[in-house]
Amino acid sequence: MKLDVILRVGTKLVLPFILLFAFYVQFHGDYGPGGGFQAGVIAAGMVILYAIIFGLKAAQRVIPQELVQVMIPLGVLVYAGTGVVSMLLGYKFLEYTGFAQKFLTAHEWGILFVELGVFITVSGTMSAMFYAFVGRGR
Amino acid sequence: MDQLKVFVTHYNYFITIFLMVAGLYIVIARGNMIKKLIGLSLFQTSVYLLYLSAGKIVGGTAPIYDPAFKFYSNPLPHVLILTAIVVGVSTFALGLALVVRIHEAYGTVEEDEIFAKDDGA
Amino acid sequence: MNKDGVSGAVVEGASVQGTGLIKGASIEGVPVESLLMMVLLTLLAVITIAIVRQRNMFGVVMLASIYSFLMASVMMVLDAVDVAMTEASVGAGISTVILLATLHLTKSVEYPQVRGVIIPIFVSVVVGAALIWGTMSLPPFGIVDAPVHMHTAPTYLAASRDHLAPPNMVTSVLADYRSFDTLGETAVIFTAGIGVLMLLKGRRRKMLGESEGQGDRGGEA
Repeated sequence: MKLDVILRVGTKLVLPFILLFAFYVQFHGDYGPGGGFQAGVIAAGMVILYAIIFGLKAAQRVIPQELVQVMIPLGVLVYAGTGVVSMLLGYKFLEYTGFAQKFLTAHEWGILFVELGVFITVSGTMSAMFYAFVGRGR
Repeated sequence: MDQLKVFVTHYNYFITIFLMVAGLYIVIARGNMIKKLIGLSLFQTSVYLLYLSAGKIVGGTAPIYDPAFKFYSNPLPHVLILTAIVVGVSTFALGLALVVRIHEAYGTVEEDEIFAKDDGA
Repeated sequence: MNKDGVSGAVVEGASVQGTGLIKGASIEGVPVESLLMMVLLTLLAVITIAIVRQRNMFGVVMLASIYSFLMASVMMVLDAVDVAMTEASVGAGISTVILLATLHLTKSVEYPQVRGVIIPIFVSVVVGAALIWGTMSLPPFGIVDAPVHMHTAPTYLAASRDHLAPPNMVTSVLADYRSFDTLGETAVIFTAGIGVLMLLKGRRRKMLGESEGQGDRGGEA
């Protein structure tokens, strides 16, 4: 797939910043607008942009289909695992107080892990859905 | 004056109902399944608008705490709608996948043609 | 006129009692954001009429994308910044791409007008009238002492103020207070994702209209 050179170079320039913005949204979610849902969708948007410009084959070389399919259940597992760990620490399911000495720090750690699980599931699901729809047409 | 006041202070709700009814109309009146799904998502979006309108305080700010601000909109509707949007797009994609399979089986996405083929078979 | 109506809805200069918000503070009515939102909502209604009337499916998809961006702007004015970000990226990004992929797969370009419109319009008008009748008893938009602000919201605000939760209340409610909810939502996304994969990952079969070399349509769901 040979498109305009401006599109190809421009996309390559923009891609790292999209990923950087996704991680900013992910990890800055405690202090500004953002969180796992938004960051996951933005990261999937990066995959979709790459696939639109360079073709599905090239996108699947960078982010393999097997990887995104594993990410779908992995995120749920990370989320539920956070709850199980908090139970092992002697608190209720998904009660983060045991993760650190200070109350706020403990809860921020808990939110971090939970949002990570959400990010993995959402980005994996959106990318896998896109691959499934586009791959069906060939 | 009084009625104008009611109209202005309930304008959000009126638009919400208009969007909801438009979505309902598309679902009932249009036979194309993709258009039906878009109508369903219009319906869904109107519910988002209803929830967020209820949570808004005029003159307040976004629910991110800062000592400089005193009034914040209610964060609870935001949380409910935030998750609803992402779940909504997942189920929307599931519906579209079903439409793709129906098209592969019947060769059309028009409801009437599908019924006709079912009756003929 | 708008100015009067909207600022009249806000308890002007009144101290807010019993909400758990910072007491003794007053809100000066800001009619500009209400006016802006009314303009955006009117645009939204116009786009909706265009979606209903448009028969070209590509046009419908583009209009739906515009609708999502307008909706994100409305959410921005409604102070729901997290939701606006999600709607802009999901509604205008992912769902447009997936809709275009579906149009490509189904080759659905334009559809004929075949159905009667009397019954759908009747149903819609009746439902709309009932909903408007029910809406009249809702509290006015944007007032500070609406019942919805009385209950749990002051708790979340107090926790963020007292450094028991992160400043972004939406994140703390989403991942801490209501993390069971979010676990359920994540499970729903997981289920929908594997549903799409199950439906679309299999071997592609021949269409009914084409010459059936494989003849295995009986197995179709």
